[in-house]
Amino acid sequence: MAAQVVPLESLLSARTVWRAGRQAAPAPLGESTGFAALDALLPHGGWPHKALSELLIPAEGVGELTLLMPTLARMTQAGRLVALIAPPFCPYAPAWQRAGVDLRYLEIVQPAAQASMQANARGALWAFEQCLRSAAFSAVLGWPVSADGPSLRRLQVAADTGECIGFAVRDSKHADNPSPAALRIERVQDDWRIRKCRGGQVPSQGFAPPSHTALPG
Amino acid sequence: MLWACIRLPHLALDAVLRDVDDPARPLALVTGPAQLRTLHSVNAAAAQAGLRPGMRLTAANAVSAETALHDHDPQRDERAHRFLAAWAYRHSSLVSAQWPGAIVLEASASFRLFGPWPQLEAKLRRELDVLGFQHRIALAPTPRAAQVFAGLRDGYALSDPNALAPTLDRVPIRRAALPDEAGVRLHRMGIRSLKELRELPRDGIRRRFGLPLLEHLDRLYGTTDDPLDCYQPPDHFDARVEMGYEVESHQALLFPLRRLVGDLAVYLSARDGGVQRFVIRLEHEVLRREAGVREKSHTDVQVGMLAAERDATLLMDIARNRLEQASIDKPVVGLRLLARELPPFVPAARDLFDTRPSQAMPWPQLRERLRARLGDEAVYRIAPTGDPRPERAWRTADADEDAACNVPAPIRPPRPTWLLPRPVPLRQHGLRIVSGPERLESGWWDEDDVRRDYYVLETPQGQRAWAFADPGKRGEWMLHGWFA
Repeated sequence: MAAQVVPLESLLSARTVWRAGRQAAPAPLGESTGFAALDALLPHGGWPHKALSELLIPAEGVGELTLLMPTLARMTQAGRLVALIAPPFCPYAPAWQRAGVDLRYLEIVQPAAQASMQANARGALWAFEQCLRSAAFSAVLGWPVSADGPSLRRLQVAADTGECIGFAVRDSKHADNPSPAALRIERVQDDWRIRKCRGGQVPSQGFAPPSHTALPG
Repeated sequence: MLWACIRLPHLALDAVLRDVDDPARPLALVTGPAQLRTLHSVNAAAAQAGLRPGMRLTAANAVSAETALHDHDPQRDERAHRFLAAWAYRHSSLVSAQWPGAIVLEASASFRLFGPWPQLEAKLRRELDVLGFQHRIALAPTPRAAQVFAGLRDGYALSDPNALAPTLDRVPIRRAALPDEAGVRLHRMGIRSLKELRELPRDGIRRRFGLPLLEHLDRLYGTTDDPLDCYQPPDHFDARVEMGYEVESHQALLFPLRRLVGDLAVYLSARDGGVQRFVIRLEHEVLRREAGVREKSHTDVQVGMLAAERDATLLMDIARNRLEQASIDKPVVGLRLLARELPPFVPAARDLFDTRPSQAMPWPQLRERLRARLGDEAVYRIAPTGDPRPERAWRTADADEDAACNVPAPIRPPRPTWLLPRPVPLRQHGLRIVSGPERLESGWWDEDDVRRDYYVLETPQGQRAWAFADPGKRGEWMLHGWFA
């Protein structure tokens, strides 16, 4: 009885056979960033699910929101909740709406001003963790100013249990410190450089968003 | 049906004595206008000292100087009366407190639960003694007859409906609790008992005394129905835990609080409602030796939620967070939980095949938790408005303002995603103008007009700033936002 001839391609596409040397999880596990060039660089084809991603920026206003905006717009338009925890400035509603975000699904948590900076930061960190853990949100953005290793680890675990995408926007000075985040991406000059990505090699080239040049002169 | 009547001859006095340290000391209640203060009632010790109700205050002071005098407060009587009605509701579903100084309850339906009348009566008396109310109890087939008997002889019980009329006939007319002092007038007319009254022509009675007397007579004898104002349990939750000692830490309050919140949750699920707002009242009591009274005060901790909830764990979580933020500056002797608004509870609909993680918390619950800890204003949404001034082109939106969030903002030149709460001077070298100016001249109608030229600038670090300068003056930049 002759063995049935099965084309290799169909086996591969059915994922019954793996090709050695390929990455273990090539499936599109990530949430697309909305930038094809960046998706191609990331091992999961986008922001890692159930994990914390860290955005390292030298200063506010270098395009950190531009990088996230397509993701946030897509999520809110699908009716999935997104939270901003203690944003450093007021999110300007007309601009967010212009970027495609459905403001009905954008919740902002701004702890009432406490006596000390530490108390404020603690409240924000607590809220960040609660929101990540709750599974009520698709994505939670936070600005953990004073977060140390253990608290970042808590955030990472919370994002895992809550099956949520967490974005922690932090200062570039933390780039050299280790971090439990699944993805670390740093703004260097006009590029976003990936510093760490779980499940894949760190790509050598950066990603230049088309963002700022899109502004009309 | 058999009705028990509990008469409370010293309701006002008992209500005061309950709160007094030593009820055996002489005590009198004072009433009347300031010029004519008279004694309303006196306790046994005061009576022994020679005080009588109705005595003038000056005379009372002359007779006995050490008697403690309290003002008679009709509201306190009313509260005690209501409290006793609520207490009686535990023994019967038909309770009425429509007559002052008396509680009437239907007893026969309760015999199966509490045993025959002697047992039930003993139970009522025992509980009233513990509560500290003097009482007279009687049982009769009609509520009014029970009231009359309770006034005549304490402990009288008449359960045979056929014996009612002959027994009532023998009641002296002045003791029959007839409306409008009719008893005294009838007595003066030579009528001595109810029997004689009943033998008078009804038409004549109606003309002389009006219809109410006849109606009363018919209801007393049970020939017509007696519609009573039945007591309804209150439409709000009010429970209290008395601490046996003085508490000054939050931790020690959590256990009683958990009990109260648990009771509230049971109450809510029994009436299929939820609670949106409630008050945790911390009761303080300071003993003032010189006056011999306890001075009471309280601290209220308000707990408010955006939606009605009834889950005990969630309520406890929120209540606890609120309580921990309150400061306890005086020792707490009692904890009270008050919930006045009990709106209908709409449970959140969930998908049967929900794939979310098991420890998931829906957003409304999470929102309450965040608000409880971070402040009422901590969670909000944003909505665009039509105002051209950037400071006013957005506003915060509440949970129920979906429509406002969805209003499209007017189309304008590019706006930054971050707006600074207020503009700050931007003093930096190497700024490059990317675009601009955009002249904004607006707000003349509300005394807050602005005249600015907005530019998009780029800083050496690669930030895109949104800054303005006075018209025609470039260089003195005021930073107003970031194109992040």
